[in-house]
Amino acid sequence: MADRIEVGFKSGIRDALGEKTKKRIIDNLGLQVADVTTIEVYTVAGELTARELRRAAAGPLSDPVIQEFSINRAIAKKFDWLIEVGFRPGVTDNVGKTAREAIELLLGDKIGSRSISVHTSRQYLISGRITRADAGKIASGLLANDLIEHYHVVAADDFDFDAGMPAYVPQVAGKDEPQVARMDLTSLNAEALVKISQEKLLALNLEEMQAIARYYRDPAVIKARRKFGLDENTTDVELECLAQTWSEHCKHKIFNSRIEYTEGRDKREIDSLFKTYIKGSTAKIRKDKGRKDFCLSVFVDNAGIIKFNDDCNLVFKVETHNSPSALDPYGGALTGIVGVNRDPFGTGIGAKLIFNTDVFCFASPFHKKKLPPRILHPRRIYEGVREGVEHGGNKSGIPTINGSIVFDERYLGKPLVYCGTAGIIPARINGKPTHGKEIKPGDIIIMTGGRIGKDGIHGATFSSEELHEGSPVTAVQIGDPITQKKMTDFLLVARNRGLYRALTDNGAGGLSSSVGEMATYSGGCEIDLSLAPLKYAGLQPWEILVSEAQERMSLAVDPGKVDKFMALARKMGVEATVMGRFTGSGKFHVRYGEKTVACLDMDFLHNGVPQMKLKAKWKAPKNAEPTFAEPANLKKALSQMLARLNICSKESVVRQYDHEVQGGSVIKPMVGAQNDGPSDAGVVRPILESMEGVVVAHGICPRYSDIDTYHMTACAIDEAVRNAVAVGADLDHLAGLDNFCWCDPVQSDKTPDGEYKLAQLVRSNMAIYDYTTAYGVPCISGKDSMKNDYSIGRTKISVPPTLLYSVIGRIKDVRKSVTMDAKRPQDLIYILGETREELGGSEWFAQNNVIGNKVPQVDAKKAMKLYRALHKAIRAGLVASCHDCSDGGLGVALIETAFAGNLGMNIDLKDVPYRGKKRNDYVLFSETASRFVVTIHPKDQKRFEKCMAGNVMCEIGFVASDGLFQITGLSGKPVIKEKIGKLKDAWQTPLNF
Amino acid sequence: MANKVKAMVLTGNGTNCEMEMAHACNLAGADKVDIVHISDLLFGEKRLADYNFLNLPGGFLDGDDLGSAKAGANRFLHAPIAGANDMLIEELLGFINTGGLILGVCNGFQLMVKLGLLPALGGNFTKQSTTLTFNDSGRFEDRWVYLKANPQSPCVFTKGQDRVYYPVRHGEGKFIPESSAILEDMEKKNLVVFQYSDAEGSVTMDYPANPNGSTNAISGICNETGRLFGLMPHPEAFLHRTNHPRWTREDLPEEGEGLAIFKNAVRFIQGKKF
Repeated sequence: MADRIEVGFKSGIRDALGEKTKKRIIDNLGLQVADVTTIEVYTVAGELTARELRRAAAGPLSDPVIQEFSINRAIAKKFDWLIEVGFRPGVTDNVGKTAREAIELLLGDKIGSRSISVHTSRQYLISGRITRADAGKIASGLLANDLIEHYHVVAADDFDFDAGMPAYVPQVAGKDEPQVARMDLTSLNAEALVKISQEKLLALNLEEMQAIARYYRDPAVIKARRKFGLDENTTDVELECLAQTWSEHCKHKIFNSRIEYTEGRDKREIDSLFKTYIKGSTAKIRKDKGRKDFCLSVFVDNAGIIKFNDDCNLVFKVETHNSPSALDPYGGALTGIVGVNRDPFGTGIGAKLIFNTDVFCFASPFHKKKLPPRILHPRRIYEGVREGVEHGGNKSGIPTINGSIVFDERYLGKPLVYCGTAGIIPARINGKPTHGKEIKPGDIIIMTGGRIGKDGIHGATFSSEELHEGSPVTAVQIGDPITQKKMTDFLLVARNRGLYRALTDNGAGGLSSSVGEMATYSGGCEIDLSLAPLKYAGLQPWEILVSEAQERMSLAVDPGKVDKFMALARKMGVEATVMGRFTGSGKFHVRYGEKTVACLDMDFLHNGVPQMKLKAKWKAPKNAEPTFAEPANLKKALSQMLARLNICSKESVVRQYDHEVQGGSVIKPMVGAQNDGPSDAGVVRPILESMEGVVVAHGICPRYSDIDTYHMTACAIDEAVRNAVAVGADLDHLAGLDNFCWCDPVQSDKTPDGEYKLAQLVRSNMAIYDYTTAYGVPCISGKDSMKNDYSIGRTKISVPPTLLYSVIGRIKDVRKSVTMDAKRPQDLIYILGETREELGGSEWFAQNNVIGNKVPQVDAKKAMKLYRALHKAIRAGLVASCHDCSDGGLGVALIETAFAGNLGMNIDLKDVPYRGKKRNDYVLFSETASRFVVTIHPKDQKRFEKCMAGNVMCEIGFVASDGLFQITGLSGKPVIKEKIGKLKDAWQTPLNF
Repeated sequence: MANKVKAMVLTGNGTNCEMEMAHACNLAGADKVDIVHISDLLFGEKRLADYNFLNLPGGFLDGDDLGSAKAGANRFLHAPIAGANDMLIEELLGFINTGGLILGVCNGFQLMVKLGLLPALGGNFTKQSTTLTFNDSGRFEDRWVYLKANPQSPCVFTKGQDRVYYPVRHGEGKFIPESSAILEDMEKKNLVVFQYSDAEGSVTMDYPANPNGSTNAISGICNETGRLFGLMPHPEAFLHRTNHPRWTREDLPEEGEGLAIFKNAVRFIQGKKF
């Protein structure tokens, strides 16, 4: 028996959600509806009395000033179509959970032995002349995601206006007793092994399956297993655990593979891209820096750690959550942000989180063509991802201070959702350094935070595959930022009191990964899955072990401190459970009750995966060169460029993220006279008593991958560094993170161009090495996501090879930082750096449907010299504004600088240091790297030029008070004259929804 | 001798502006500033009676899952204090009766309104008579807004203030009174402390200067004694000039405009007999 409480707005009260929904129905689906109103529904199971239901409805569940409620009666009065959307069984229902807790508190002792559950759904009442099919389209195409939600569409004629909808409780059907399946892999042939991997969604290849089978043939292994009641059979717990631990997601098998790389006649062997180029470059940089090395923990923990000052360290990590976001944009992105929060939180002894970053790659939200099966419309992905990150970031109280959105049609198959988080951690707590991890045999394993459900099972293996027909629904999770916030509040107190020894997060692979990795510090572990707190009954042992249910951390606690730890958890309302202990046995030992369900050698679990051997072959593509002439109307061209999705304003997204919480905001995402210019980087003061700041910036330019990923990577690194330099970051204290999102680079029937794609990956890594060492900006952490393909039927869509390079750094005194907006009329405008005819892969060529071949190439030596000089000028207070030239080149950087300052500009293109074909459009829109537009007060001119001496630069005009943007072309004739307001409109309009 | 200023900044269950709120109290010269987790109150380890300035910071109490601060208000109303016969609400009412100051910002303001602490006409502190609900835009927004202060207001926090500029960061900030009678009474008693205005100081209903469509552009209100004050914008987010969105282009004093509210509270307590 369950009861329904419905809550709606009183008449005359504006229903903002209803209005927003109406707008989306009209804008996104093109269906003309007259009105949409909403009703919140709470289905309460647990035998509440009529009086208790009334108290709940009138108390926490409704607002007496603006809302009315009904119990087991319809509140809906007038509509043409009613759509009710609720969660499917087992899907996280955060509001339902809060409602249950509120009712329990309200009833207090009177609750007795009753167990209450609350399930939420929402009714949309739609008025308008639409058909049933239209209503169905609204339900499935906009309001409900069939993967996680169920819905009912009811016509007014079919609706019982008294009783309303019947109460429905989405419950996970309980299964039988926990069971452990065993299978004998030792005698299976290749075909059978591959079949098992496919059927069980293990994502393991033949060699890996064979390595597992071999392990179970080893007589010594069998002998040891017999002691625990096991034999040569593999248990499902073991197989699943191996699949998670050995997944591409967790083990980075492609990055660690042995590659034979061919480029023309040159052939070389690369033993692990990761070791050779990424770890290799960081090791070299650290050695070169000597005593000035600021790295403290790189590549070994959940995030990288660098020094901030003598007392504090910074922790930074960026992750991707692409595959889940393709299936459920909101839940996928929400989980992405709260998931990456746990990385710095679970690094070293645990960090306080200070900011988030986000970078999204989507197809155009205005996509008109027919969608392949299982692909959501890019507009829906855009809005869902945006909202997921909004809820994840804002509700966690972490400011989102830097990001971007990149558009390309090839992100239709899989969107890329990069989420980053930084934290700060005292260098020492209770006298001990905080950046390492230590676990002793005998330490108790405690899991804390949320409960375990079927959500997120096979996330790690799923994201190690392309999106296909059988992609599992359970891989989708919905995060709960408040459960996590409560947990992190608690753990920071426990940390400062020294109540635990080490912690890590439960992310991909769940307990099998978190406890498995922690066990490497002590040399083994023993856990009992029957102790795990579950969301609902019926989970099998293997599911408990690999579930990726969110908001959980695993800890190692000194046995003498367990009582204090548990007491604090209880007091602060956070669930914590003893799961077992760390040992020095060399075994990953899992029990369910008294019975052993898995026992694997730690060495085999972590080091047993065979190294892949792959081939890469590079052949530079030859794209058609452009044939279009310089346009007669450059004003129109500039306007069109400003309206391009990769250039236009992202303010509507930025404003929906809290970028100021924690009180240390210095450089916001939007700056300038009207708070609407696009800033180059974010700056915050993490310690409010101090003027020291943290700088964060990023670079991403996937279009250049169509020409050469080596230069794409160089440009991304340069863009990240120059963005940081533009606001005043200290060049000697910058660290980077590499996040690769590639399409499958393993040659196969599905991927006939695998050798080329792998060569693209190799070249990208080579550039990482060359440019991070040249800039002295070490990678301290990173991640790769290698299967960003969509493959259903005959349609295959692969993302362009995409590297996000993020940098984190320091600025000694934030009062010296600089923003990108022009400040005063008569200030002088300079271009810093040479402009070359490098329009291959540029936005201008894309506007003209050409790719070209002359991709921007970075001269690291010249760039560093320029950056150092500029930094000196910024520190001396000589730079009024500074903006980097990136997408859309000089032309876009100039007009952005002008309208952000609400000021005009007079520019002479003849003065721009330029090499190449003499065309105004080329000078304006070339995307040559390592350039800035700066403005200087006339009184500072001499000192500024002295500072910059020896670098390519030139004064090209002045800031004007007349609000006109005027450019004189190469031939000396005016080529652009326009009001800044008009150009700003063009830039602000496209994504203003 | 001046009274000691003892500030409590309450946190827990989704509150997230406690650090900057505490920093503001420190900068304003409070003698003691404690960030207190609500579990410390519920376990009787900290008592409101030991403080005279309660800060309710912004955040998302229980995720604002049932409407902003609704579940949070439910906790204040129905949570017992462990090991005592008291309920938390009784301790809170006791704090108010002994003359303590309460400042609620954003989610803290939402909490005060939903408990009935504001506007508390006729001194009834547990009857909700106004609300804060979804912005007309239907979206959460972070943007800076101008506020016009009511010089006639009894509010002790805003003495000497005229126009200020603070950020709003909320999705549910639209102020709605239960009836026009309530609104008239509030206005008659000058309980409307801040209204959204344009840059020139004229009160406005126009978006985005008025970011949420609040009735009569109301952005902050106080009770009849002026000791309880809540507002949607965040004064604690503007304690230093580098917080201002245009600090790189305008001449601004080193101290941010938000600090004055906390300084007024401190001065009031110091000068007041308890």
